[in-house]
Amino acid sequence: MEFVSPEGLRLDGRRPTEMRQLRAEIGVVSKADGSAMFEMGNTKVIAAVYGPREVQNKGQQINNDHALVRCEYSMANFSTGDRVRKPKGDRRSIEISLVIRQTMEACIMTHLMPRSQIDIFVQVLQADGGTRSACINAATLALADAGIPMCDLVTSCSAGYLNSTPLLDLNYIEDSAGGADVTVGILPTLDKVTLLQMDAKLPTNIFEDVMQLATEGCKAIANYIREMLAENTKQLEFRRDS
Amino acid sequence: MLKSNVFSKKTRNNKIKKEVREVYLRDDICCGVSSCTTCESPTASSATRLTASTILVVDTNVVLHQIDLLENPAIDDVVVLSVVLDEVKNKNLSVYNRIRALCSNSLRKFYVFANKFHKDTHVEKMEKESPNDLNDRAIRVATQWYQKHLGGATRVLLVTNDRENKRKATEEGIFAETIESYVKSLEQPDLLDLVVQPASVDVNMEDIEDSRPSKRKVIYAEHKPMSEITSGLRHGIYHQGKLRVNRYNPFEAYVGSESIGDEIIIYGRTNMNRAFDGDIVAVELLPQEQWHEEKSLSIADEEEEEEDVHLAPSSADDAPRSTTPVNAADQIPVPSRPSGRVVGIIKRNWHSYCGSLDPMPMPAGSGSIAYALFVSKDRRIPKIRIQTRQLGNLLNKRIVVTVDSWDRQSRYPFGHYVRVIGDIGDRDTESEMVLIENDIDARPFTAQVLACLPPLPWSVSSEDLANPIRIDLRQIRVFSVDPPGCKDIDDALHCTALPNGNYEVGVHIADVTNFVHPGSPLDDEASKRGTSVYLVERRIDMLPKPLTEDICSLRADVERLAFSVIWEMTPEAEIISTRFSKSVIKSCAALSYVEAQARMDDSRLMDPLTTDLRNMNSLAKVMRQRRIERGALTLASAEVKFQIDTETHDPLDIGMYQIREANQMVEEFMLAANVSVAAQILQIFPVCSLLRRHPSPTREMLEPLLLTAAAVGINLDVSSSKALADSLDRAVGDDPYFNKLIRILATRCMTQAVYFCSGDLSPPEFHHYGLAAPLYTHFTSPIRRYADVFVHRLLAASLGIFQLPTIFQDRPQLTSVADNLNYRHRNAQMASRASVELHTLIYFKKRPTDTEARIVKIRSNGFIVFVPKFGIEGPVYLTSKGQKGGGEWYVDEQQQKIIKMDSSLSYSVLQTLRIHMEVVEPQPNRPKLQLTLI
Ligand SMILES: [Zn+2]
Repeated sequence: MEFVSPEGLRLDGRRPTEMRQLRAEIGVVSKADGSAMFEMGNTKVIAAVYGPREVQNKGQQINNDHALVRCEYSMANFSTGDRVRKPKGDRRSIEISLVIRQTMEACIMTHLMPRSQIDIFVQVLQADGGTRSACINAATLALADAGIPMCDLVTSCSAGYLNSTPLLDLNYIEDSAGGADVTVGILPTLDKVTLLQMDAKLPTNIFEDVMQLATEGCKAIANYIREMLAENTKQLEFRRDS
Repeated sequence: MLKSNVFSKKTRNNKIKKEVREVYLRDDICCGVSSCTTCESPTASSATRLTASTILVVDTNVVLHQIDLLENPAIDDVVVLSVVLDEVKNKNLSVYNRIRALCSNSLRKFYVFANKFHKDTHVEKMEKESPNDLNDRAIRVATQWYQKHLGGATRVLLVTNDRENKRKATEEGIFAETIESYVKSLEQPDLLDLVVQPASVDVNMEDIEDSRPSKRKVIYAEHKPMSEITSGLRHGIYHQGKLRVNRYNPFEAYVGSESIGDEIIIYGRTNMNRAFDGDIVAVELLPQEQWHEEKSLSIADEEEEEEDVHLAPSSADDAPRSTTPVNAADQIPVPSRPSGRVVGIIKRNWHSYCGSLDPMPMPAGSGSIAYALFVSKDRRIPKIRIQTRQLGNLLNKRIVVTVDSWDRQSRYPFGHYVRVIGDIGDRDTESEMVLIENDIDARPFTAQVLACLPPLPWSVSSEDLANPIRIDLRQIRVFSVDPPGCKDIDDALHCTALPNGNYEVGVHIADVTNFVHPGSPLDDEASKRGTSVYLVERRIDMLPKPLTEDICSLRADVERLAFSVIWEMTPEAEIISTRFSKSVIKSCAALSYVEAQARMDDSRLMDPLTTDLRNMNSLAKVMRQRRIERGALTLASAEVKFQIDTETHDPLDIGMYQIREANQMVEEFMLAANVSVAAQILQIFPVCSLLRRHPSPTREMLEPLLLTAAAVGINLDVSSSKALADSLDRAVGDDPYFNKLIRILATRCMTQAVYFCSGDLSPPEFHHYGLAAPLYTHFTSPIRRYADVFVHRLLAASLGIFQLPTIFQDRPQLTSVADNLNYRHRNAQMASRASVELHTLIYFKKRPTDTEARIVKIRSNGFIVFVPKFGIEGPVYLTSKGQKGGGEWYVDEQQQKIIKMDSSLSYSVLQTLRIHMEVVEPQPNRPKLQLTLI
């Protein structure tokens, strides 16, 4: 199938290196300590953070000097077109929960919060490719909203390789084409990679190009998130002053 | 990076399953007109710029139906909208590829405007609007945008044959014209022949067979609407499959149906219901009691088709399928296969065909419109009716014609003339016909392709020698054995006696992949061509000449790069070790088969080279014997060879190709190399190796052979290839040629070997029946076969000295590569056969001959004979045409005999007789070879 036309346009009108439209909202769940909604095109996820609070199940605490980070990922039943019941705790969810937890752990300064735990809940409201990245971006925003100390933001973006062209931020149709899909998570200020996943084979030289593209995507998202946070802070200040 | 385009997000809903898709509308899509100053010049596609004062916007139907016209250089400055492209792609992929080719051709001015992503030309579906109306509106909106965007300087013309669309366009202030009136305005009368007449005109068109519309009766059943077909398919009432017309009997076709797991036979044009060979059709089964009835009906119903003399088939793929009973009147064979009729056509496979016009008298007045019937060279295609203004000019020409429509009232489809190839009977014209018919690209290589060649003169460089992946075998006594005059030598051999009594045997293959890099224009071209094509008087190369005849050719006394397979073998030809390596060799002799044979036979010669040859030959004999014991078939085919006049290219002499021990020796080592390579690549790449398999013939396929053998009292055991091989060995008749004849008949019952991707099948299916080998591939002829180039890359990658290109990770793409190779391979063979047939005709034109022939098949009015000396076969009629043998002769099916009523004379299968061969011209300019009994 043709995913990039000879005119250089993708099926949804984007050029290969363009991202879908980003949207975000902070503080969407008032009960939570921090929350955010994050949209990448038609992919829409919500994240809520509780904590730091006292460890509820002492058995889970492995290291007393660091905060325990927990993550639960789920997909709303209505998130895909076929509206079937999404099993909770299936292998895919467990794997994604783990990925998000490890990625977030890498930037949360857990040593500042001993004997406490942080819970991150992410739910996919609408799935159209790149849910993993959207979840991480939402979690970053929610953690920042909760005021949890972090060494840097974590942002994530995916890129793929179809019709011999590296493509940024695959949507569902492109994602299900069977090509490679590289998801990258970075700490933009520290310029470090915290997440790198790929579910197909690519020759190394092409892989490097695709990963480079995904990294650029992460940086663009980081800029967007920083803007969002700055805007949010401004509003908070405004509210406090008035 | 993330461009701040003005985008608004729109969603689109699908009825059945709600699907939400985003569309990003852009403001950076260029209009493609060179005089435009508003648009920013696009980065890459700036090559195509519309320059004329009038630019055309074409609608979908114009592209679909008038593609031949659009391809004519007289039409240019065309805007192709993306909405049109999408629709064309859905309806006809071949037209889509052609319009795409036009758009990317830098010599033409066709510009693709992505209207659906442009912020001003994107249209939303309105309530109750049909997809067609939506598309028409999108086209009008885009045209209007162009008009506004360009202002008065450029005229924008919408070309559409849709009356409604044209009316609306005019209302909206758009210039719109039909294709006819536009072409007329160009004032080039011969262009008008290329314009396809709209279907509505067909009804009023004067018919050749039957003049007035009121008198035209319905000939074919209506095609069921698509919705009915879909539900019929779901409920198992209809069956879907590709229609394949019998090459030798165009009134019989087969539809391979997955739903019933068998082939459905379609008898007669009425049941075929306007389907063409290659169409995807929906078929309805006929009631079982009609299966046979239909069969005999169809034979009576259709016009008499005469069988031509043709080259003897070399496999089941060439052979006519004989399901027709010998004599339908007195024998009722049990119908074994279901028969059916076509109820609808799911996808057309119409393309252009070459042939000539049926001879007809010239109409009064030149230049007026005449209607003529076109007869395709491909007998599977029905006659096509065309209208032309240049009948006098076309009558004695070979021409190309395309099909446009076929309605229920016309016996034949309508089409239009595309171009002239040349005069009928002219050798070059006929050769070109062979190429066109088999979809062979014989154009010279483009400059881009030639730019990939290394500079000449080329020689092995010091870097090549220093390269650690290459071993230096220049000191080894390597030689090649090929047909005389061979210039593209892709294999060479060596055989060195080792101190331990064993032999080191090497097969060295031209290192083509050292020069043909994946993804280069050279590689793309070679992969498209798939194989070199050998015609009698010329060769169409897969790779450019400098590579095939010089740089890659393993000629004598020059250093060349090779890919080598080296074994250590015991004197009993047991392989002790195998290794593969790139190498540098220097061949010491390029021998012909005759020379090699002469050296081995001359007992006085004791030089090292001759000793090597003899050692190799004795090893080869052991290997061959072992292969035969495993059950490999020694099959035979009747290959003919022409001696061609170097000046006139006319055939001077014709004869069978003689096979010597030296041929078999080389063949044996090539087989062994291919087997070794197959094992190696499959071990490292179990799912992406390219292999070659030969399916076992089914009992049904061998039926004609068994019948013939039984008639002469020979019982063949076909339970396994080993059993068949053994019983073929035992089948010895009174004369020395008998066994070979039986083998020839056996060979033609089998299908050909095919390439496949190892991931697509399971290991038991990898089997090569003919060679009795569990694994096989092609490695030894990379100069002339692309499969071998592919396998070279796999082998190099398996040794860790080459990085596999990405295509090897893409299973569907690998499968399509294998499919294309099979298609090209098959076409190349058909072209070679057609070329031999053509030259046979030219040869016998001046030389009527008497010769010996063998009966291979009994017919109701005569028999088919095989002429061993010239490798052809054809009908000999005992009764004149039209009599159908009903009176004088009858057929004994059991004994395979045709007997005269008064028992005074009979002919039986495999009988030897003498015949006279002569070229006759029953119709002017249509020579054919005729065989008569002496
Ligand atoms: Zn413009």
